[in-house]
Amino acid sequence: MSVAITSGHSIGLRARLADKFWRQPNLLLAVLLVPPMLWLGVVYVGSLLALLVQSFFSVDEMSGVVVREFTLKTYGELFTPTNLDIILRTLTMAAVVTVAAAIVAFPIAYFAARYAKGKWKALFYLGVMMPLWSSYLVKVYSWKLILAKEGILTWIFAKLHLTFVLDALLSIPTIGGNSLSVSYIGTFLVFLYVWLPFMILPVQASLERVPSNLIEASADLGALPNQTFRKVIFPLAFPGIVAGSIFTFSLTLGDYIIPQIIGSSRLFIGQAVYAQQGTAGNIPLAAALTVVPVVIMVIYLTVARKMGAFDAL
Amino acid sequence: MTVAVQFNAVSRHYGAVRAVDGVDLGVGEGEFFAMLGPSGSGKTTCLRLIAGFEQPTSGGIEIFGERAEGVPPYRRNVNTVFQDYALFPHLTVLENVAYGLMVKGVKREDRLKAADDALAMVKLPGYGSRTPAQLSGGQRQRVALARALVNKPRVLLLDEPLGALDLKLREQMQEELKTLQKALGITFIFVTHDQGEALSMADRVAVFSDGKIVQAGSPAEVYGKPRTKFVADFVGSSNILSPDLTAWISGQRRWASLRPEQVSLAGETAKDGLEATLVAAHYLGSTTRFVTEAGGQRIAGMLDAGVATPEIGSTVRLAFDRNDLHLLEDAV
Repeated sequence: MSVAITSGHSIGLRARLADKFWRQPNLLLAVLLVPPMLWLGVVYVGSLLALLVQSFFSVDEMSGVVVREFTLKTYGELFTPTNLDIILRTLTMAAVVTVAAAIVAFPIAYFAARYAKGKWKALFYLGVMMPLWSSYLVKVYSWKLILAKEGILTWIFAKLHLTFVLDALLSIPTIGGNSLSVSYIGTFLVFLYVWLPFMILPVQASLERVPSNLIEASADLGALPNQTFRKVIFPLAFPGIVAGSIFTFSLTLGDYIIPQIIGSSRLFIGQAVYAQQGTAGNIPLAAALTVVPVVIMVIYLTVARKMGAFDAL
Repeated sequence: MTVAVQFNAVSRHYGAVRAVDGVDLGVGEGEFFAMLGPSGSGKTTCLRLIAGFEQPTSGGIEIFGERAEGVPPYRRNVNTVFQDYALFPHLTVLENVAYGLMVKGVKREDRLKAADDALAMVKLPGYGSRTPAQLSGGQRQRVALARALVNKPRVLLLDEPLGALDLKLREQMQEELKTLQKALGITFIFVTHDQGEALSMADRVAVFSDGKIVQAGSPAEVYGKPRTKFVADFVGSSNILSPDLTAWISGQRRWASLRPEQVSLAGETAKDGLEATLVAAHYLGSTTRFVTEAGGQRIAGMLDAGVATPEIGSTVRLAFDRNDLHLLEDAV
């Protein structure tokens, strides 16, 4: 007589499947992972590779037809003054937006991490996340209205008798302009606004992970509050800033809508890609231009990883 | 003797919770003082009041005769060894130890030299270039100690300093702390819930319960002459005898405490002694601890090794000296 060790569950198909997965956990993992991996592998990596391949082709100047032969000619075109100008402009904007976002985000994140409790914390999350719930386009167009010459900002400056400040700001060469909505200052302000949550949240997370007893220990050892901030809090929160900067930097680098709607008509990388693959029909140059932010981000991420930014995510 | 730390009717309330409730306390200079009590008894809050992390709701604190209320932690000549050490993870061991001197503006070479010496003092020479993450728990404890002592504090506060260490290491550290304290002559105030630790290390012990000090005195006083049932039971284990039983033994209707090591079994032929039923016996190696029941009350005692234990359930006679019975102050 055999002794049954099973507990008397019916051995249906589902139970058999469960048993199979229980014995071979890797099989379950494979079943769960194959669809998303196919998606990522084929659609995402595939298109990236296609892009890379395209960037090594060139366009015949006479006929405008893509010549499917390996060449570095298209990459060479990146170094023409026009394209170099576009790349530098985009890089500068991304860097300035990132630094400004870090400066603006830090006090907010600090308050949320160290002081806000309960209701205030909920309010903080609501305040930071709410802009992310509305459409990106709506936000950008709202900003166009705010920044326009007839907009509310001009009106406020006028009411406060501070129009001369605005005028002085707009008269700065290069970054100024006719009105905020057609100047680099405007582009910068909107970038800053749109990407700010992506800086606040990682910084807040990293600040929250600074144990409060380290702050007490620092004070106990005789450090004044500003010393504690410089020597303990900031260094420990720094990986969070780097993590946030990955978002603000890469998002600014790739965006083509904001500079198109708000700012001077000079191009950013995203707009240049859009123009080259669309109206100009120069897919290889568009591809080569797209590779630029990818390369910059690979370098950036390598540095960020060295600084421990991924421990803060 | 100079008074290092003085509490005058100090209270610290959090809303309705009285974490510290009217504590009077005086710690002498150079004393090794233990604050003993279960968790939530207010001992750690008292330590934090001395360090300056908390401010008293009422009452006054003096550190070497100076009023301490409103003085921030960074202005107090008091250093703390934190329970989980609170070492800075982004600094090396040497930088951790030199931190206090660094923020006070001591020159780099001087402070690194002092930190090196402090590390040598806690028997971690050459560990300076490691990070805290690369150290064991016991080593971190020593670094925390060096980091506090390098500042030459007048009072060193230790918050459950040995709590996270295993038994062997704990005993070793107990000795080292004691030796270090004697050598440096600094006032040590340490918080613990481990009565054995408090008794073996401290010159004086204050037993905390519900935000109050129930009894303060030398370890021998606190152990030998507990004032209340709480102290008798918390400091060492004790048989708490009911007023009726005490009256039957000594004639006085009071609660009393009787240490198990003062209770033994009388020989089979003995005629006097309290009659009891043997309930359990636990072999402990050097002794056997037994539990009996007499008059509806459990009484534990100790048998020397080698003495045969009677059968569980059999009737025995308890042998103890009536004078070892210690009367308590609790209301009957």
